Amino acid sequence: MANVRPKVDAVIVGLGWCGSLMAEELTRAGLNVVAIERGPWFETSTDFPPSVDTDELRWDTRRSMLLPPAIETTTFRNNRSQTALPTRDWSLNELGYNVGGSGTHWAGMAWRFLPFDFEPYSYTLKRYGKQQLTDGLIVQDWGVTYDDLEPFYDRFEKIAGVSGKAGVLNGKQVEGGNIFEGSRKNEFPLPPLATTRLTDLFTEGSKKLGLHPFMVPAGQASQAYTNPLGVRMGPCTYCGYCLYYGCGNFSKSSPNACVIPALMQRSNFTVLTDSAVLRATLAEDGKTATGVTYLDRNRKEWHQPADIVIFSAFQMQNVRLLLLSKIGKPYDPASRSGVVGRAYSFQTVSGANLFFEDEQLNQYIGAGALSVQVDDYNGDNFDHRGKGFIGGAGILVVARGARPIGNADAVPPGTPRWGSDWKKAYTHAFQNGTFIFNQGTSFSHDECYLDLDPEYKDANGDPLIRVTFDYNENDRRMARFTEDKAVEIGKAMGAKIVNGFDSAATNYGPYLPASDHTIGGAVMGTDPKTSVLNRYQQSWDVHNVFVLGASSFPNNAGYNPTSTIAALSLWTAKAIIEQYLSKRGPLVEVSA
Amino acid sequence: MIARHRKTLAAVALLSLSGAIGLYGAYGVADAADGIVQPGQQSGNSQGVQAPATQPQEDPAVARGRYVAIAGDCAACHTDPHQGKPFAGGYALETPFGKLLASNITSDKATGIGDWSEEQFTRAVREGKGRHGENLYPAMPYNAYVKVSDQDMHDLWAYMQTVPAVNNQVVSNQLPFPFNIRLMMMGWNLLFFDKTPFKPVTEASADLNRGAYLVQGLGHCAACHTEKNFLGGDKNDRFLQGGDLAGWHAPEITGNRYAGVGGWTSEQIVQYLKTGSNDIAVASGPMAEAVTNSTQHMSNQDLNAIAAYLQSLPGSKATKPQPLTAVQQAMKQGANVYSANCSACHNSDGKGINQLAAGLGNNPAVQAANPQSLTTTVLQGGRGAVTLGNPTSGAMPSFAWKLSDQQIASVLTYIRNTWGNAAPAVDAHQVAQTRKDLKLPAQMSADGSAR
Repeated sequence: MANVRPKVDAVIVGLGWCGSLMAEELTRAGLNVVAIERGPWFETSTDFPPSVDTDELRWDTRRSMLLPPAIETTTFRNNRSQTALPTRDWSLNELGYNVGGSGTHWAGMAWRFLPFDFEPYSYTLKRYGKQQLTDGLIVQDWGVTYDDLEPFYDRFEKIAGVSGKAGVLNGKQVEGGNIFEGSRKNEFPLPPLATTRLTDLFTEGSKKLGLHPFMVPAGQASQAYTNPLGVRMGPCTYCGYCLYYGCGNFSKSSPNACVIPALMQRSNFTVLTDSAVLRATLAEDGKTATGVTYLDRNRKEWHQPADIVIFSAFQMQNVRLLLLSKIGKPYDPASRSGVVGRAYSFQTVSGANLFFEDEQLNQYIGAGALSVQVDDYNGDNFDHRGKGFIGGAGILVVARGARPIGNADAVPPGTPRWGSDWKKAYTHAFQNGTFIFNQGTSFSHDECYLDLDPEYKDANGDPLIRVTFDYNENDRRMARFTEDKAVEIGKAMGAKIVNGFDSAATNYGPYLPASDHTIGGAVMGTDPKTSVLNRYQQSWDVHNVFVLGASSFPNNAGYNPTSTIAALSLWTAKAIIEQYLSKRGPLVEVSA
Repeated sequence: MIARHRKTLAAVALLSLSGAIGLYGAYGVADAADGIVQPGQQSGNSQGVQAPATQPQEDPAVARGRYVAIAGDCAACHTDPHQGKPFAGGYALETPFGKLLASNITSDKATGIGDWSEEQFTRAVREGKGRHGENLYPAMPYNAYVKVSDQDMHDLWAYMQTVPAVNNQVVSNQLPFPFNIRLMMMGWNLLFFDKTPFKPVTEASADLNRGAYLVQGLGHCAACHTEKNFLGGDKNDRFLQGGDLAGWHAPEITGNRYAGVGGWTSEQIVQYLKTGSNDIAVASGPMAEAVTNSTQHMSNQDLNAIAAYLQSLPGSKATKPQPLTAVQQAMKQGANVYSANCSACHNSDGKGINQLAAGLGNNPAVQAANPQSLTTTVLQGGRGAVTLGNPTSGAMPSFAWKLSDQQIASVLTYIRNTWGNAAPAVDAHQVAQTRKDLKLPAQMSADGSAR
């Protein structure tokens, strides 16, 4: 190849949370690092100044920060008997397309997963026995535990300036926090965000039912803050423009605000923007990668040689890069063999729409993670005996800011779609309408997977990812169960109209509202026969390839994934620096 | 005079926020540099803020000389901020008289100073004479560097000889006739160049003397902070009592409690110079550049000495006037504009955000008689200094498109007379003139068209 850049110690593919945290660790350890980002350079003060940025049409309605489907999309089908078609419009898949990745437009919910979420198989076997698992359900331990990750969660919370209240501190329950959380060594770096009328109503209502509400950990700084990298954050102004927006107030945690300013001061770090990595290149024996091939903004092909290759793109892109690079054996659903693309899953959502009689919710005051939740029906926090499923959901309300355009159809059923009656109803609903959201766990199934589409290709001639997915029986039961709980809470809150909803009641579709937290396909684990990566997110097959992101999750928790992908990235960075650099081989031996 | 305009231009480059990125975006050529964001680009400054590395087994004179070069901020002009090699020159200094290019001072024999003698080098820095005795233009602040000690000059020379040679031919003098006649500078020197070397004051502490030495000499603070006469010479009786630059006002930095830094603690001054901000002020514009390239790398002991010296200067006679009252029309309009546009970051109590958004109450720079820096910042936006201690690169957006001249005048009048502040009202005509000078667009009308 004609165009070859100088060799580096590590190349990072995708500069979102995972890539920037990895780059921060590796450059601080002295490695020479190049990050290759498909999207453009985005910077807090120039791209999101608060004087211009509260533009719902641009950022929210038109999704101006996301990867356009015309550049890369997926094809989709519910099962193997169907022919998949491309998702051509904005959908549930909200891929980042800029320096900062999805970490720039995220809402900021900064959760730790439960200890159960990392060891669902062991927990289930111990508490209920194997009969609790429905047919074909993929339930396996991650190879890493909550306790392993605790220091890395802590580090991320400090870098991101997370606002929250501990519920379990060094094994002891703390008033006001989430009593179901795994034990924490430290309190959050910042106190929780202020509550709103909506969160107060939920707190009161859920307490009446004997539940345990708490403020959701938020990636919005509740106070002025200086993170461990020396970066300053400003206190959140509760403007409500978080999800799909950048934050010009330096208040929302993002790679752009919290990591990249420090990273850009290091001479051993370089970022190539507007450059799309096509695949990793492998040595002749296929046992190591030699670097990556990418296209620059002028579609000229380059090679970036590197001793270590880090895939830290979006979950689906990581899986696609592995498949296009021929790293690991692709999953074959017929023979139930192979691993790359296996254990794809999503998030199972139900809840209730609420309309009050005469409230003043003032929802224009908000923040992406200004939210109160109960975890009484999440993970394995309740007794599942006789229920026919495992898992659960975090049940929450969120004061995320009322979108004048986006909320225009959030009116009670039966309201006319236009005219003076609609206006009257919308005016009323603006202060009185809201919803309870059950963010549910999801487990994959033998029949749900990702592979390369046999027909549809992108502009470079590379096949798109094909999604074969539908909700499984375990998750459908869970969603129905938690929908009832949401309705109970809605009634206890005093809403006049409470209408339950369940996105898993019908077939999955990429345009149906749920969450955007897709996971799996390149999962970590303890056995190369059922996982792509070992417990350090290192490829079992090509030892100098590490894959970061929700693609590593064998199952999804009832939470947003960001803090967990960040903690796993920091965990992997430590393993690279302390073990891999001297070993240059597999960090976990496969027992014969 | 030229020296301060050099700073002005640097400031505009630094502050054209999207400009820095936009420019980079315009490099469409397909080469290895394509798409590369350089370290420090976040600040629009390709030098970044790496701590200067001392090499092991280095001659101590070289290490000391590197520090002298930092304290003198030589790189500010002699390194082209647009991805230029260190000290290779070529940076264009726009002056009212025409263009000057900073010279190549690397050890290159053909185009740099590799063939110079130490004596020639010392004469250039301290006396403004070229290799062959020709006059340099006072864009090179030799009227300050004349105070640099023999020891520091010797160390600086030792260091400059280690700067890697870069072959880069620079034709410095691009001034039109008659300013291109270097001999003219002979007259300037006669009038304004005080050749007296630094003389310590025997009764003052070593700390104060060190501070005076750094401020008067290497730091060349007077280049911006002292008012100039019409030919660009310092008005020495107004030393560090504030200077006007095109687009900026460098505020008084003496011990005057109202207009200067007399009300600050020495810790606040040191923190400002070390990190670019403190709980009151955020360095932006030309000062951000000085902090990023120079003062942040200076020792705390030296910064403390600078603080002690500045606070020991009695400064101007400026005293706080009676604040304007809230009933006046401008104050009412200003309060509304502030509430809608400024309070998210600067807070409703005017206290700002520690080390991120400047505090406005009791901030001497806000109350300077000349509101030029405020007007420029509101119209054009501003970016805080990027330092190792505070890499945030916090910035303020441009409000030119959003606010009218009258609204800007009112909000500035309001912040200059609220939270304990008191200063003359700002006139809409001055805002209009600055808008014109900065070539910024008019306020956008309600229907989205430019007025």
